[in-house]
Formats: sequence, C-alpha cells, structure tokens
Amino acid sequence: MTAATRPGPGRLAYLAFCTLVFVFLVAPILVIVPLSFNAEPYFTFTEGMLRLDPDAWSLRWYREIIENEAWTGSLVNSMVIGVSATVIATVLGTLAALGLANPAVPARRAIMGILISPMVTPVIIAAAGMFFFYSGLGLGQTHLGIILAHAALGVPFVVVTVTATLAAYDPNLTRAAASLGAGPWTTFRRVQFPLIAPGVISGALFAFAVSFDEVVVVLFMGGVDQRTIPRQMWSGIREQISPAILAVATFLIAFAALLLLTVEWLRRRGRA
Amino acid sequence: MKVPVAHERRAQLRALGLVAPLLIFIGVTFIAPLATMLTRSVHDPVVADALPETLALLEAWDGTGTPPEAVYAAAARELERAAAERTVGQVAGRVNRVQGGLRSVVTGTARDLGDIGQGPWREAMTAIDEAWADPATWHAIRTTGERFTARHYLNAVDLQRLPDGSVASQPEERRIYLRLFLRTLMVSGVITLLCLLLGYPIAHLIARAPPHRANLLLVLVLVPFWTSLLVRTTAWIVLLQTQGVLNDILVAMGLVSDDGRLAMVYNMTGTIVAMTHVLLPFMVLPLYSVMRGIPSTHMNAAASLGATPLQAFLRVYWPQSLPGVGAGALLVFILAIGYYITPALVGGSDGQLISNMIAYHMQTSLNWGLAAALGGVLLAGVLLLYALYDRLVGVERMGLG
Repeated sequence: MTAATRPGPGRLAYLAFCTLVFVFLVAPILVIVPLSFNAEPYFTFTEGMLRLDPDAWSLRWYREIIENEAWTGSLVNSMVIGVSATVIATVLGTLAALGLANPAVPARRAIMGILISPMVTPVIIAAAGMFFFYSGLGLGQTHLGIILAHAALGVPFVVVTVTATLAAYDPNLTRAAASLGAGPWTTFRRVQFPLIAPGVISGALFAFAVSFDEVVVVLFMGGVDQRTIPRQMWSGIREQISPAILAVATFLIAFAALLLLTVEWLRRRGRA
Repeated sequence: MKVPVAHERRAQLRALGLVAPLLIFIGVTFIAPLATMLTRSVHDPVVADALPETLALLEAWDGTGTPPEAVYAAAARELERAAAERTVGQVAGRVNRVQGGLRSVVTGTARDLGDIGQGPWREAMTAIDEAWADPATWHAIRTTGERFTARHYLNAVDLQRLPDGSVASQPEERRIYLRLFLRTLMVSGVITLLCLLLGYPIAHLIARAPPHRANLLLVLVLVPFWTSLLVRTTAWIVLLQTQGVLNDILVAMGLVSDDGRLAMVYNMTGTIVAMTHVLLPFMVLPLYSVMRGIPSTHMNAAASLGATPLQAFLRVYWPQSLPGVGAGALLVFILAIGYYITPALVGGSDGQLISNMIAYHMQTSLNWGLAAALGGVLLAGVLLLYALYDRLVGVERMGLG
C-alpha cells in the first residue's frame, strides 16, 4: 500500500526510464513537424525560430511541394498503386482467411506459412527476384507489375488481421442463420461479414500502408512513370536533401496518425 | 456414417476453393520471382551459350600448358560471333570475375580478330594478347562455362574452386562476405538486445496500466509503427547529423565544442539507432500481449511470501514473460538481418549490412549470380528463423502481437 501512495526510488527510476523510451519513440517524428516551417533551407532550428520570430517561420516548402509536379505526380502514382494493390490483397486475403478458418483444411499450417512469408522475406531479395521475373513477363516498369508486387507484400497483413477477427467469430451464428433458412451467401453477407468487417477494413488499411510506404520494389521495378512518394523521398534524401522533404514528411505523419486512429477505433469496435 | 463424411468433404473442398486463389496469386507474384532469383544463383548459361565448341574441346585439355590449336580456332570463331551478336561484353564480364584483368583481353581480342582472316590461331591470338598463352585464362573460361555452377555460392562464403578442382579460401583481400554476414548477425543481435532493454519496461508499464491509459500509451508505441519508414529515417538524419538538432543542443549546452560535433549518422551508430527505433514496436507488441495475461496477483503473492521485488521479478514474472521475449526477439532479429532501407540511407560506408551488398551487386557491379547467391544464403537463414518462430509462436500471430 505504501508503495502505491509514495513511490520509492526504484519505481521513480523505472517511470523515468519508461518516459525516456516513449520520448525516444515519438520525439524524432514530432521534431520534423516544426522544422518543416523553417524559412531557411536548414535542417535545424534557426535562432529566429527559437525566438518565435514570425519571419523565421514560413510555408515556402509547402508551396514548393504543391507546385512541384514531381511531388504531385508521385502522389497520384502512390494512390493508384496503393488502392489497386489494397483491393487485390483484401479480396483475396479475406477469402483465404475464411477458408483457413476451417480446421479441416489440409496442410493448413504450411499454407499459412506460405501466405505470411512475404512479411518476413528480406525485401531486397523479393525485389531482386521480382525485377528478373516481372521483366521477363514484360511487366517491368509498368504500374501493373508494381501493383501485383505490392498486393503480394500486403497480403500477410490482411490474412493475419482477418484470421484474428475470425477467431472471435462464433460459428453457431452461421448454423443459426442456416437453420432459419438463409443460404450460404446470405449468411455470409448478412451475418458473418458485418461481424468481421472491422478486421477486414483494418487489414485493408495495413495493406494500403505497406504499399504507400514501399520503396525497394519501386526502386528495382519502377521507371520514371512509376515514381511514388517514397521513391521521390528516397531520391530527396540521397541526392538533393531539401526541407521540402520535411513538408512531405509532415503530411505523411498526419496521414499515419489518421490511419492509426482509424485502426484503433475499428479494433475497439471489433472487440465490443 | 457416409453422410457426414461427404458433408465434411464438401466443406473441406469449399474451404480449399476459398484459399486457392490467394495461394495461386502468391505463387505467381511472389514465390515464382524468388525461385527465378535462386535459379540465377546456380544457373548461368551466358558463356556456355556463347562458346559451346570451345568449351567442348576444352574438356579434353589436361589443364597444363596451352590448349591445342583446335581450341584456339574454335575460340577465335566463337568470340568473333559473340562480338557480332554483342554478347561478348557479358562473356568478358563473367570471365573477368574469375580472373581479374581478362575483361579487356576478351573484348579486345574479339574486336581485333575481325582483321585476321586465317590461322594459325594460337599465334594470332597470343599476338593480340599474351594472356592467351597463360593456362589461367583458359581455366577461367572453363570455370565460367559451367551452365550449372556452385561458384556463386562458394564466392558468397569467401571460397573459390582452384584449377585442380579443389576448394580453397579466397585470397585475403577478397574475403569480404563472411565478415559482412557476421557483422549483419552481430548488429542484428545488438539491435535485438537494445529493443528488449528498451521495450521490456514499457511493455510492462502498459500491461499494468488502467485500460484508458494503456490505450493511450499503446498509441504512442504505434505512432512510429505506422509512420512511413522514410519519414522516420529522415527524422534521424535531421536529429543526428553534424549540423543537426542533437549536436546543436549539445553545443548549446557546452557539452561538445562547435568543431568537436559528434558523427552520429552516416555510420554504424546511425544504423543501430535508427533501426532500433524502427523495430522497437515489433518487440513491445508481443511482449505486451503476453504480459497482459500475467495476473498481478502473482507478484503480490510472491511479496507476501517474503520475496524481495527483485526475487519476485526473477522467479515469478520473468519466466512467465519469456514467451513474449522469445516472440519479440525472434521477430526483431528476423526483420533486422534483412534490413536494407535504413542502412542504405543512414549507414554511410561502415554501417552497411548484407542486404546493401546484394543491392550493390544487383545495381552497380551487375554480378547478378553473386547477388542471387548472397540472397540465397540470407533467405535460408531467414526461413530457418521463420520456421522456428512458427513452432514457438505460430506465424498467424506475426507482427501484431
């Protein structure tokens, strides 16, 4: 009891350490946001910024990315590729998870192992293999090639999330619906799908995030016409590092926060 | 008896029917590319296709002295044809990798042979370049002429096949890959330990916190998890570079002098710090989900039985959290050994890992056979750990705790 009311030095040290770890996790990301409003082309806080001098802060990097066709074009590419890959991964992944929920499926464990393998395979190996294989099929430097590749990389996330949601699904509900005269399709549409929908949507958001953040496959397989946002950032970091990158990064942080909050909200709904 | 069996069979078939489309999709879009790459690590037909007769005649050569005139004649004819078909550059590149300096010998000879109408070819070729009188040149051609070859894998582990067929170490200055594999393993081990050290306390804190606060803290862990990898890498460059935020703070505090700014990025430090940051959520989430299942009453019971907090932790809490430690550590380690992006951007020259070497051979040196063999070794290691993970944790619980 005393420990709870008056924390001892050990507990204080523990809390201090945990605080530092949380700072380590979040602070580097948050530092980017104010720096993206830097009026000077520097990557650190100028004296003017620290004095909160309004002239030291500006939107020039935001103007630059909005007016730059390389960035706006890469946003379009990222969206087209991301949405297409997500649709493929989500539809196929959900169907497979539904099938795998049946314990009678032969070689269930091996199939699961294959479907999840894109998640752990070093991406450089996958990208190198895809470069050879897709070029051979005439899909090198095409949107379609990258969409298929990204769909494969997103599949494990859909399978994992939907499988987790299905584990909480009560199969008696399917039987109850059938006993009330519903066919398999009606049962799926009216009973099962609404209950697993949060898991499916979470899986889709994961798959989208994977594609939206993927750069190695694009580096190997994409041409000038397939430049995505991460690809554009990659060149930005490697070649002419400019604070415009920080403005893009700030957008991406806001986007990530939006995705995260949506998934958390869905997770809680799924559990409720 | 018959009816339920038929019924079960139908359900099984329907389930398989649902899985089949994805299985085929992954087979074509993912497994087939991996297989293509692994094939390249053992199959290299370029030289065999370009110089078939030369290689067939070389079979009979005993390996000492120069080969017979017939070999020279065939080589002259086939090199000329390779030059006309523009494949001689690829042939020269491969021969050059076995025996340095032969690239220009092969391309130069192929070019000059066009002006010489007739033999004897041994004199003609040796006149173009002395190297044709050296048995080592012919050994190199014979080695690269193997359609199926182990030399890329030997090369990937710093070995080579000597002309007499025995296997030996590469010369000292070419022994780089084993050291790089070892460095990759060590760096991954260090990163895994750092993640455990940083992740264990906060996973414990979140697991013991009241639900609404636990949710808030979990979001803090998940923010980096969802934030673009390139954004996180950029963030570390901004923080750690010599004119960056952290150095500015240290200088302002007087801890380092302005010209003594620390080099914390574009080296191994940068790789380790940024990768620990990137992989920490993968440690915290599995730890958290195991720790949530450890009843807090156990620690109270241990305390009431007279255990000190340290004893209670070591004998009661730690053993129960071990499944989470195993799952998290294994996952972080698997992801770390294949990491490419972060070391490529913040690793500088000494912070590169094996994946970066594979990329180098894919994009710069264009030694695709070696890139594939290095990838094959790395992939074998990853799959072994993946199988272990499946046994210990189950792959369907991967990544999300």
